Amino acid sequence: MSAVAAGSFSGAFRWAFARDLRLSWRHPGETMLMVAFFVLVASLFPLGVGAEPQLLQRIGPGVIWVCALLAAFLSLPALFAGDYADGTLEQMLLSPHPMSGWVSGKIAAHWMASGIPLTLLSPFLALQYGLDAGTLTILACALALGTPLLSLLGAACAALTLGARGAGMLLALLALPLFVPVLIFGAGAAEAQSSGLSPSPHLSLLGAGLIVGAMALPAAACVAIRIALD
Amino acid sequence: MNFFYFASPSTFYRLAGILAPWCFAVAAILGAAGLYVGLVQAPTDAQQGEVYRVIFIHVPAAWMSMFLYFVMACYGAMSLTFNTRLAAMMARALAPTGAMFTFVALWTGAFWGRPTWGAYWVWDARLTSELVLLFLYFGFIALGNAFEDPRRGDRAAALLALIGVVNLPIIYFSVLWWNTLHQGSSVSFKGTSMHVSMLTGMLLMAFAFWSYSIGTALARVRTIILERERRTRWVRAL
Amino acid sequence: MNALEARGLACSRGGIPLFRDVSFALTSGEWIAVRGQNGSGKTTLLRCASGLTRFDAGEVLWNGQDAGTGPIAFRAQLLYAGHAAGIKDDLTAMENLRDALALRAGAPTNEALRGALAQVGLDRHRHLPARRLSAGQRRRIGLARLALDPAMLWVLDEPLTALDDAGQTIFSDLLQRHLARGGLALVATHHEVAPAPARELRLVP
Repeated sequence: MSAVAAGSFSGAFRWAFARDLRLSWRHPGETMLMVAFFVLVASLFPLGVGAEPQLLQRIGPGVIWVCALLAAFLSLPALFAGDYADGTLEQMLLSPHPMSGWVSGKIAAHWMASGIPLTLLSPFLALQYGLDAGTLTILACALALGTPLLSLLGAACAALTLGARGAGMLLALLALPLFVPVLIFGAGAAEAQSSGLSPSPHLSLLGAGLIVGAMALPAAACVAIRIALD
Repeated sequence: MNFFYFASPSTFYRLAGILAPWCFAVAAILGAAGLYVGLVQAPTDAQQGEVYRVIFIHVPAAWMSMFLYFVMACYGAMSLTFNTRLAAMMARALAPTGAMFTFVALWTGAFWGRPTWGAYWVWDARLTSELVLLFLYFGFIALGNAFEDPRRGDRAAALLALIGVVNLPIIYFSVLWWNTLHQGSSVSFKGTSMHVSMLTGMLLMAFAFWSYSIGTALARVRTIILERERRTRWVRAL
Repeated sequence: MNALEARGLACSRGGIPLFRDVSFALTSGEWIAVRGQNGSGKTTLLRCASGLTRFDAGEVLWNGQDAGTGPIAFRAQLLYAGHAAGIKDDLTAMENLRDALALRAGAPTNEALRGALAQVGLDRHRHLPARRLSAGQRRRIGLARLALDPAMLWVLDEPLTALDDAGQTIFSDLLQRHLARGGLALVATHHEVAPAPARELRLVP
């Protein structure tokens, strides 16, 4: 790993990003479980609502989005909890580098280990639901734009619940309502495509949300971590 | 007496004790007047019949649900930036009232929706975002109570309130931005599209809810102050 | 010459006052032992001095400048080691040490890392994941960090817990060397440590 120059955002980012990726690489089980959960839940729907092709085509994008959202949510409680328990967060806060660098690096690593596998897998699930090639592509694009936003929102909420009683359930109560707009625009993009409308307004809104989120939410997570360590 | 005189919990405790009953009295009078104007004086709506009278509760409640969240977030911002104890307590005191008004808005909306739209609930943008608001209130209350140290809960909840504030413009403008089933606003600064007595009833109810909210918040903040300051000399002297 | 000074610190947790009017001053080459029974607020005092925990009253000065808000100039010189040492079970001793140093100052060479681990007696275990090390051996990773980190101010919370006699000697040597090069240390400990502290700070609940 390269040396970190004093007080640099990018150095902090790279440190946290590389370390978290290394940790999840060393224990690929968690990512595998998340992927398995994603596939499993998405496969339950046709069994529950009936395997009628037209129905599946219609609900496909929404179902895949909800499953991806829940799967991404599964790994959120562990995002900061480990570093909080073993004292790494204190060290990050007291290091000469900006806190937002560490936090952004961790969020990016979380997305690499959750959002990207889910996005890459989504076309296969879309085939199970009989979505056509155009819808399938748009669905993957929407996931590629939406899952980093889920990681950002989830990180802020996970930081808020550090050290709380019943942190897991509390995190669900905080994060899932905030995920709603991402779900609406993400699934909306694929639905618009499949019904012959342009998906670009939905994708643009997701992109705009991602830009705003990437600027504001790491800072919010930093404040929350500072509060948690106080 | 300086500006922060009432920012000390002990002074504010007494002030709130004096103001709260007055707020409740004003709320009762305005509420009675509002209901009279709304239910008796206002004419029957040409299209919707008597059902429309739900708006005298529904619209003010929906206004208050958003307004109280905004005020709560402002108190939260104040408590985070200036580290003031009282602002955090006020934010905590407002949350249950805000959640109640959100619930009332959704509930009355459902009873209006059934005869008008033929369904208690539709998944349009405004209803969904109002439901998200209800969960934000629940999250605020739950997060605030999830820590051993109440100050810690104050600050975490205040930050959540600030993150959730983006939801307010979404609720407010949802009927304009999206083609929703929920009808647009009938009251605006340019003028209204309704009968004067309807408007009067609605405004009376809004002010009644307003002063009820202030009253409950003050009454609740008194109990919070007592609980937090139970070890101090002035509380023991009470 | 560096100096750390605290004036009239007061802190309460959850509405219960922990300590009030705590003052101390520390200059290069000195260390202060913070003593007190369990629950007397030693950890909180160290966290206040490092800028982790907000205090209700008083101030912390680093070379005459306010350090309560944790400015970069202060953080660059501060090494804080709390109860939890920031050690990941899944990483080896070597990786943990490298990460801990890279997090603050920049990673030294592998030879330097190996040398420091050899100095604290972990040479043979440097490629074992930390989960397979004993509590004392994990503490020794922290000692190796003390050996390599260039920070001038150490704030250490019970650094001798779980260390055997040999480990305590290593710590004494490290502390001596740190003070000799003009370092400062604020250490909460129940043990007697070899270079005698310049002062003792006793917290009474």
